[in-house]
Amino acid sequence: MLRMENVSKSYRHRGQTVIALDGACVDIAKGEFVSVVGPSGSGKSTLLLMLGGMLSPSQGRVLLEGQSLYDLTSDARARLRKKNVGFVFQTFNLVPYLTALENVQVPLFLAGADDKMQEQAAVGLLERVGLADRLDHKPSELSVGQQQRVALARMLANDPAVILADEPTGNLDPETSQQIIEFFEEFNEEGRTVVMVTHDPKAAERAKRTLRLQNGAIISQKEREEAFRAA
Amino acid sequence: MRLRTLVWREIFERKSQLLTSFLAILLGITVIVSIKNISFYSEKAVAREMDSLGANVLVLPKSATLQDYYAADMQGETIPEEYVTQLALSDLQGLDNISPKLSLPVELRGKTFTLTGILPKSEFQAKAAWQGAGIFSRPIGCGASVGMMGADDKKTLARKRVIETLEDREVLVGADAAAALRLKDADPLEVLGKKFTVTAVLPQTGTVDDCRIFAHLHTVQDLSGKGAVINAIEVIGCCQEISKGLVAKINHLLPDAKVVTITQIVQAQSKMNQLMSRLSLIFLVIIVLVGGASIANYMYANVFERRREIGTLMALGADSFLVLRIFLLKALLLGVVGGIGGYLLGTALAVMLGPKLAGVPVLPMPILALWAVGISVVLSLTASYFPARRAARLDPCATFQEI
Repeated sequence: MLRMENVSKSYRHRGQTVIALDGACVDIAKGEFVSVVGPSGSGKSTLLLMLGGMLSPSQGRVLLEGQSLYDLTSDARARLRKKNVGFVFQTFNLVPYLTALENVQVPLFLAGADDKMQEQAAVGLLERVGLADRLDHKPSELSVGQQQRVALARMLANDPAVILADEPTGNLDPETSQQIIEFFEEFNEEGRTVVMVTHDPKAAERAKRTLRLQNGAIISQKEREEAFRAA
Repeated sequence: MRLRTLVWREIFERKSQLLTSFLAILLGITVIVSIKNISFYSEKAVAREMDSLGANVLVLPKSATLQDYYAADMQGETIPEEYVTQLALSDLQGLDNISPKLSLPVELRGKTFTLTGILPKSEFQAKAAWQGAGIFSRPIGCGASVGMMGADDKKTLARKRVIETLEDREVLVGADAAAALRLKDADPLEVLGKKFTVTAVLPQTGTVDDCRIFAHLHTVQDLSGKGAVINAIEVIGCCQEISKGLVAKINHLLPDAKVVTITQIVQAQSKMNQLMSRLSLIFLVIIVLVGGASIANYMYANVFERRREIGTLMALGADSFLVLRIFLLKALLLGVVGGIGGYLLGTALAVMLGPKLAGVPVLPMPILALWAVGISVVLSLTASYFPARRAARLDPCATFQEI
């Protein structure tokens, strides 16, 4: 499903070369739930952005369903994301002047759905994440947990095969974090591939496989015992 | 959710930031519309005034001063009647009619009036050489004299200052003179020992012409004993030719005469129009610079402020063209609303202030609405294009805190 072939990313910062990712090779199969852990600045988010076609590597290739992402134009990558990838952000990134319903409608609008279809689908998704009574609330009128659930509903809007989550529980209390992780597990059980960057060891343990990064390099890959047993 | 919903909601969310740019474009368009509106009606008033004066070029003696257009020929100084022939035989384009005048003060029943000699149109046609020059065979229509040559009514002299025929012993009497002398049509009148018949009493004009008695030029020349001289030549010139330098050409032809145009007589109004026109241009430049800079500045700030939102939209699958359209649609709305608002406000100002500033009544001009919206939209879109392009080229990963 997702594949990184010897991917490196370096950039210049105040005259010095910073290596964000160093020769990463990863294979993520369809339906996997992978967590990416490591200290701050280890390259976790860089890896996630590259998997989502948002940040081009200095060298190496990133493939989604066999298609080399960075051989495409940025607009073609945007179209690919719209069809296949759902992003979840640590700070939710909801559009502040739109209601919860309208925020969920955005990906559907981008996909060209008509008004009626947009509304029906968005209401259904918000019901699924338990926010049927908050449709007309703007992000500032919602708690952080509710905002993240709106973000989850928005991410699901175009029924993505791949979910890329950047510290989805980073701003949440333990109870809400638990709820969010349960949602990810549920999405994964539906057959979606989930890649989740996290600092939270408990959240990371819920994934079927954990990638550990340090100084831009993948230093270990560990699979959950239950996963082995299930296999 | 549609593109316009996205744009509209954002505008209302951050309307206070948009206010400065909106005001810049609104006020700029307001000023331009009001100036254009007032100058249009002011120019129309000048044209009307020129038309009411009939002739629009005067040939006078060199030493003459011009205080009153209607009394330009009452200064005692003379020029040879030969000048009329020179003008008639010249190849100057744009001479629709020539009307020489000689005036004398005359005393009748204890009151002083002006006896003015005029040359009727038939006199020109009677002279083969002048006819050959083709003054009256030229197509007319560009000057102020349109339609006047066929008029039989001698009273048209009061309005048109040209008359078809006038016999040796015929006079036309101005309204005030007729009232003072108790004259009516067909009454006899003796002037400087010569007997005349009143052919017509002219309608009131409100000028010195009301105190005049008009007779044939050559009769008045005989009565004056000054010979073949005149005080002034009124010329109806084609406005286009006047603007192309007809006055200078007549000056060149008659170097010993003074040639003035009515534009000099209605100079104050013309100056006001010129000022309006220049102001309009200056404001157009100001609005382009200030309004454009203000919109561009606002749009750049807006793009910077919204880069996370733009990046999020890109992460969700928005392509660069959609991002470009978001900002350009916003600019279009700003331009349309600014243009319409500017037109309405500018028109209201023009209607209210026009009579005070230019002394003319001003009415709304719907055509200026198109003009206002056009300028406003083009300006807004042009100023927003580069900020919008920057937004469309934004690096989507800038939305993330950690890279």
